[in-house]
Amino acid sequence: MLLQVTGPNGSGKTSLLRLICGLTTPESGKIKWYGAEIRSLAEEYSRSITYIGHRIAVKEELNSLENLRISSGLAGCELTHDQARQALARVGLTGRESLPARFLSEGQRRRSALARLINCSAVLWILDEVLASLDHAAVTLVESLISEHLSKGGMVIVATHQELQISTGSFHRLELEAPAPGGTGSLGSPS
Amino acid sequence: MRDLMLAWRRRADVLSTLFFFVIVASLFPLGIGPETQLLRSIAPGVVWVAALLASMLSLGRVFQSDEQDGTLEQMLLTPQPLYLVVLGKVLAQWLVSEVPLVLMAPLLGVQFGLASDTLLILFVSLLIGTPILSLIGSIGAALTLGLRGGGVLIALLILPLYIPVLIFGAGAVDASINGVSPQANLYLLGAFLVVSLVFAPWATSAALRISLE
Repeated sequence: MLLQVTGPNGSGKTSLLRLICGLTTPESGKIKWYGAEIRSLAEEYSRSITYIGHRIAVKEELNSLENLRISSGLAGCELTHDQARQALARVGLTGRESLPARFLSEGQRRRSALARLINCSAVLWILDEVLASLDHAAVTLVESLISEHLSKGGMVIVATHQELQISTGSFHRLELEAPAPGGTGSLGSPS
Repeated sequence: MRDLMLAWRRRADVLSTLFFFVIVASLFPLGIGPETQLLRSIAPGVVWVAALLASMLSLGRVFQSDEQDGTLEQMLLTPQPLYLVVLGKVLAQWLVSEVPLVLMAPLLGVQFGLASDTLLILFVSLLIGTPILSLIGSIGAALTLGLRGGGVLIALLILPLYIPVLIFGAGAVDASINGVSPQANLYLLGAFLVVSLVFAPWATSAALRISLE
């Protein structure tokens, strides 16, 4: 299942995604994962999700290989050197694996952050503005990553303005209005 | 592990903390003059205060860069307990910024004309005391995360909490100078260490969650 969240700037897309991650607590209402509240699931819930936000958690001092292996390790799946290399090759960073991230362009940094998704075992991907500053090829790459994940039975929530070319799975769209007053539509527990 | 690697890439930061410590502690003998007796009696306090200030200097950075590039969000979302993640970060901070100070301290002690067994006590008291500084400091660092002028605020929040550590740490060295057993002071420091080891990462985790809301 794919859920695309759209809406004008400031309509609360990021806030909604952060709520779903459990980074912020809702003022009222509950967020449930398979019937149980995410607060009570805590680490078990963290294992089922992966989040890529505006700030992509790529360290300037480390190279893409180190960045990828560390961020994957942090997310609970250790990568071998070869796995990491292959993932970076897939996002088009071959030959730049050992370059510190501060020498990479913004788009390349985002690509190296996306490489984490390739070997990721999380069921639910929460992606915030992943398509920002990506070129055409990279957007296609993201779409194919999402499609693959969906065809394996995964779920994706993505906040973006751009149209996604994805055919697999069911496609839902949530449009937020600005300024969002109170409730932003109900998100039932995914099944 | 990751933090150690990062610290290695940013060696200059670590060295600046160490030099700060050395210079602050060296200013006192230069300013006060070469009266051995006086120097010897102020030595424990001076070295301990210098260590305290130097550790304040490095504390602001513990979470700051992680917060800016979004790594901290990822840390909150890891399947590992946040308690352990925080403990790992604090441990790395201690190894990188405090251990060099501890190793340097006996050398500074020589400058103040301390006897060799006193130097040993100075070393041991700092070895037990500095992890407490890191642990308590991490709470302050987490609380002031993302605030402007957080550096000053951190000092105001944390320095009062450092006072007991300073009293017993410097007290241990003082006792050894005066020929009394420093054991009681060291035991108390050890007790502080255990308590802060249990509670500080927990408090830091809670503070981090609040800072990122």
